[in-house]
Amino acid sequence: MPSRRTSRRLAADAGLLVVAAAFALPLAWVILSSLDPRAELRVKAPDGLTLDNFDAVLTPEITLTPLLNSLILCGGGTLLTVACSALAAYPLSRFRSRLNRPFLLTILFATSLPITAIMVPVYALFVRVNLIDTMQGTIFFFAASQLPFAIWLMKNFMDGVPKELEEAAWTDGASSFQSLIRIVLPLMGPGVAVVTVFSFVMMWGNFFVPFMLLLTPDQMPASVSINEFFGNRGMVAYGQLAAFSVIYSTPVILLYVLVARRLGGGFALGGAVKG
Amino acid sequence: MVLLLLFLAGPIAYCAYIAFTDLQLTGQAHASFVGFDNFREAFQDEEFLNAVWLTLVFTVISSLIGQNTLGLALASLMQRASKPVRTLTGGIVITAWVLPEVVAGFLLYAFFRKEGTLNAILDALHLPSQNWLFTLPILAVSFANVWRGTAFSMLVYSAALNEIPKEITEAAEVDGAGGWRRMWHITLPMIRRSIGTNLMLNTLQTLSVFGLIWVMTRGGPGDKSQTLPLFMYEQAFQNSMIGYGTAVALLLLLVGSLFSVVYMRLLRTEV
Repeated sequence: MPSRRTSRRLAADAGLLVVAAAFALPLAWVILSSLDPRAELRVKAPDGLTLDNFDAVLTPEITLTPLLNSLILCGGGTLLTVACSALAAYPLSRFRSRLNRPFLLTILFATSLPITAIMVPVYALFVRVNLIDTMQGTIFFFAASQLPFAIWLMKNFMDGVPKELEEAAWTDGASSFQSLIRIVLPLMGPGVAVVTVFSFVMMWGNFFVPFMLLLTPDQMPASVSINEFFGNRGMVAYGQLAAFSVIYSTPVILLYVLVARRLGGGFALGGAVKG
Repeated sequence: MVLLLLFLAGPIAYCAYIAFTDLQLTGQAHASFVGFDNFREAFQDEEFLNAVWLTLVFTVISSLIGQNTLGLALASLMQRASKPVRTLTGGIVITAWVLPEVVAGFLLYAFFRKEGTLNAILDALHLPSQNWLFTLPILAVSFANVWRGTAFSMLVYSAALNEIPKEITEAAEVDGAGGWRRMWHITLPMIRRSIGTNLMLNTLQTLSVFGLIWVMTRGGPGDKSQTLPLFMYEQAFQNSMIGYGTAVALLLLLVGSLFSVVYMRLLRTEV
């Protein structure tokens, strides 16, 4: 039944294209507007192409400082997350212990809690311990909120590294810590990369955490400073806002593309989530 | 480990404590213990009940119906579609998912605004246009959440559908089962675990959406799109009632834990 199959494929194609078009409209708007000297709120062909919008936002104050802040926050948070999750995943993956299962279940439980809900008490707590409005406090919280999932992912990847190689190292007198650093982590390089990129992407896009925990404008990361385009400055320059959105989103999209293959196209992350 | 304890368990415990106090931002020296007053107040507070209702609407429309069904539809269409179309659609849908929350919120704000793209299209089709963010804000933010969150369901379902052995569907086809019947009697029962997992995760994720709604409507106009996270924020910071806000947070956390436990139950049968 080749003809029937073909017609069915055409129908499926058509259906998908309609959805794709609907999903693409808002994306098309941001790209077109960022290049449009007279950007509006609706999708339209630009009145001539220009890079003026990018030019206008690429100043230290509007773009560079927030992006640098984002980089410090997310970079710091990611490093901490990766280091801690590796240390935590190692015993979970290598040693049988009666505590493993409850611990893993707790982690799984924590993974799916709505982080939003604890932000108000975290704020109150941070005020009390004087961590409010500090970069390091925010970094710590970022790391902590990302940890459960990172440990979970890291353990799954670590399980894939054969134990024999490590046992050889142990007989040669290496400690567990040494074998983790020298043997296990290098062997699971791609896994570590996935955890790193994933944590980074999650933090990069996070709005609520820095919105709550940071107060001084010049510490704000891009996710919060984008709000400045609204309201506070009177007339909204849509073209500039769009240009800023493009600049701010590009890194995470690139990073995602980079790891998408590693995640196995069909989303091994879904598998990781499913356990 | 220490981090986890300090920064997740700590706040949760602290949360449980101040939810029972009348702590305020105005800086009184000592918060006093008020027992269940915050909770009692919440359940008599019309605004709170409104927020609960809106959260429910938001979750049902955007997560249960929207992301879930659309994700499944996309995944099953992708099974049959040609490769370039599949790649294109997948790419676009996933991009919407990867975009930072605030950017997504902003894009959809532009889409739904009175002068925005949606109305432009409706005008072109000679359909009545309206100010979506004003008349139906909760619907607008729900659609926004569908736009942003569908990719996850799509990926989960694609993976699940790929695991179904070809022979089974082919056998059914030979027996003369049509597309819908195959879907209903074979495909859906076979992926029901994925459906459960996906529903759970979608719901949990949707419960904690803040940035998207904040950027699009700030919970307004009035409180027509004020879901629980926004309500919590308003109580705690605009009205300076941290204790009360935290009580709301605790309730939200409880609902989340409930879902989380069900989710783990689902997994346990699988592991």
